Amino acid sequence: MTKADLVEAVHTKIGFSKKESSDIVELLFDTMKSTLESGEKIKISGFGNFEVRDKHSRIGRNPQTGDAIEISARRVLTFKPSQILKNSLNPAASEQS
Amino acid sequence: MTKSELIEKLTSDLPQLNQLDAEMAVKTIFSTMTEALKVGDRIEIRGFGSFSVRHRKERMGRNPKTGVIIPVPAKRVPFFTVGNELRTRVNSDATAAASEGQI
Repeated sequence: MTKADLVEAVHTKIGFSKKESSDIVELLFDTMKSTLESGEKIKISGFGNFEVRDKHSRIGRNPQTGDAIEISARRVLTFKPSQILKNSLNPAASEQS
Repeated sequence: MTKSELIEKLTSDLPQLNQLDAEMAVKTIFSTMTEALKVGDRIEIRGFGSFSVRHRKERMGRNPKTGVIIPVPAKRVPFFTVGNELRTRVNSDATAAASEGQI
């Protein structure tokens, strides 16, 4: 599924034109991106939370050579799915894929 | 920022969009994404990131209170991978070395 499928869903389910639907989908993700860029977290109830976390620098290793190298401090984005989303992926308690 | 604040932002940026329509659009977008994940489909939003479903095997867990060992059933979990553009943007005001040291 891509952005085009989301545009299509907004178009068919709500009846907005393709152009309007596309504007909405684009603006939604653009807004989410700038919000996260500013360091603010986003909470979508029923879906999950997007949070920016600061990581300290640490010593890592090149797994091929075993050389120790410093991994610089950085900001990363994490997504924590909501319980509702997690449950909807596991309908029965007796899930045996 | 919450879902309702996101909806407010959409209505203020798109004047032709009213509150109720914006609400329905945002709900439709996230419920469509949830439905896709439910059937195991992967969602790829260019510049933002992708969502996929990962399988966790059954494992032995422990009730932390009593110490009793119980099986934790196999399950499917949603997984998000941040896209290149957003990863760079989020990290942009961290040290310059951090952003040039990686993709």
